[in-house]
Amino acid sequence: MKHLRPLNRKAQRIDDAITAADASTEEDVVALQQNAPRPHVPMGCTLSFSPGWEVDSGGGTAGLCQPVERDIYDCYVTCFWPVAVPDHLNYSPDWAANCAVATKDWRNLDLVFP
Amino acid sequence: MTKMEPISVTRYRRGEMHSFQSVGQEFMYLVSAGSIFALDQAATNVLARLDEREMSHAELVEALVAGGYDGADAEELIRELRLVRGIVTDRGAPEPGPTSPPADFPLQALVLNITNQCNLACTYCYEFGADKIATPAGKPKYMTIDTAKTSVDFLLEQSRDRGAVHITFFGGETLMNFKLLKEVVLYANEAAAAAGKTIGFSLTTNATLLTDEIIAFLSDNGIGVTVSMDGPPDLQDKHRVYKTGKGTYAVIEPRLRKLIANHKTRAITARVTLTNGVTDVVRIYRHLKDDIGFHEVGFAPVTTSGDHDYSINGDGMNEVLAQFHELADEWLEYALRGRMHGFTNVSETIGELLAGVNKSHPCGAGLGLLGVSPSGDLSPCHRFTDADTHTLGNLETGIDQDKREDFLSRGHVTAKYECQTCWARPLCAGGCHHEAFVRYGDTGHANLHYCDWIREWTDTCLKIYGALSALNPQFLERFAERKALS
Repeated sequence: MKHLRPLNRKAQRIDDAITAADASTEEDVVALQQNAPRPHVPMGCTLSFSPGWEVDSGGGTAGLCQPVERDIYDCYVTCFWPVAVPDHLNYSPDWAANCAVATKDWRNLDLVFP
Repeated sequence: MTKMEPISVTRYRRGEMHSFQSVGQEFMYLVSAGSIFALDQAATNVLARLDEREMSHAELVEALVAGGYDGADAEELIRELRLVRGIVTDRGAPEPGPTSPPADFPLQALVLNITNQCNLACTYCYEFGADKIATPAGKPKYMTIDTAKTSVDFLLEQSRDRGAVHITFFGGETLMNFKLLKEVVLYANEAAAAAGKTIGFSLTTNATLLTDEIIAFLSDNGIGVTVSMDGPPDLQDKHRVYKTGKGTYAVIEPRLRKLIANHKTRAITARVTLTNGVTDVVRIYRHLKDDIGFHEVGFAPVTTSGDHDYSINGDGMNEVLAQFHELADEWLEYALRGRMHGFTNVSETIGELLAGVNKSHPCGAGLGLLGVSPSGDLSPCHRFTDADTHTLGNLETGIDQDKREDFLSRGHVTAKYECQTCWARPLCAGGCHHEAFVRYGDTGHANLHYCDWIREWTDTCLKIYGALSALNPQFLERFAERKALS
């Protein structure tokens, strides 16, 4: 590190871990990195380009390529139930305003905190 | 109805840390890891900016570039600070610690209370004084050799894969049962050798019963000795007295000189209890280190429930702290010249800072360490010996895992509410279980009466650490090696 100098053993371990990580990967965060040896095939979005009900390659939500909270676009767009979150009738009418085309603009879908 | 607003950007703020300056340089002590980093001017500026307001990544980069930094350098700077958690974006509660203590933790050390009898009547004693929690009535006063040997076997078995174990002999007055101590050491050496482990010994004594024979035995067997004593005659004889009220200084002084002259194998340390009127730390240190010749001298304020004539009041504590600082300055001067100073209170903290310890519990009590009473009852440590309310099983029946888990769960630092916002918790973890019980009636209570003192002392030691890292880093390296050996 250039701006910080490790001074005790714990700091040295952190520095070593960062150096090792730098040597092995690019900085960009890779989803499913806890299962690094396996190819990353997120289901749902990469297949249908519709952020909808998704599970990761392990069948859960922990390794999705985006936070599970974002995984509600289909609820918002299509669900008949008026209190699905984000609710486009009452609470978050503008939630998808910046997302004209889901395949291109899905990054603009932000988290919603009740 | 409130409209839900999306949060568009995450914002950086300062991570949980204690910043400090020493010899004109900036440092941070990071609570999440117990790590220490030196900061350059750029990193210091980022933290100062974030103290004014939280900033998004883009804002921060923009501000740094406006301040003359190259864009790539600004990104790198932010990245470094983020990776060590000097700056953070996450909100809300910190990550919770483990919910239950380790159920499977091999033993490392036993404190054998080989007698609960003492030839002195020190008024402040936690075992006999006003705040005692021991209930020795009807129990054996002296440990038998069978119980002692069972303890050794118990330690060797329960230490499982550990290659090195330790036995501390304690009392009462330990040397009132020297005959047993001698036998146990010989037995334990054989048993440990048979088990393929190394074993070390130490004891605490009031020094009144030391003889040439005992000193020779302690030296020959490499037994570490800690002497409980309070200083020069006027201070020693204030509380450390025989049952008749007669002081002990004149009795122990010649014995100590012989001990220090003839015990060649281990450092001899003094452990001073500070009480009302016994707060002259520098004078005590000079006497014990320079006149008597102890290798190290450590100080701790007396444990009290708060309302005894020997308790130290606020003014007394201020005086103690002022004198601690005087000795701490001296410790640093010595270290800068490459010399070891004998003020244990600094040495211990520096050792912990070097490693970057981050404690789940204030000490090893109930984890790697247990106390054994003369009857064979197990307790978290020697301070709970013979206290029925704190028994953690018996040598015969083994460790009572439910009681042990209860003790450890309550003593875990994450269970102590007040500690969650304190930057000194990696080292303190809420403080002594026994002191908490005496003071608050609960071993799991944070020792709130000395929080300010702990923070001030940790800050002092961090500044010493910072100064050494800048001016004499070789000393810290040698200190680490020495610590690993002791």
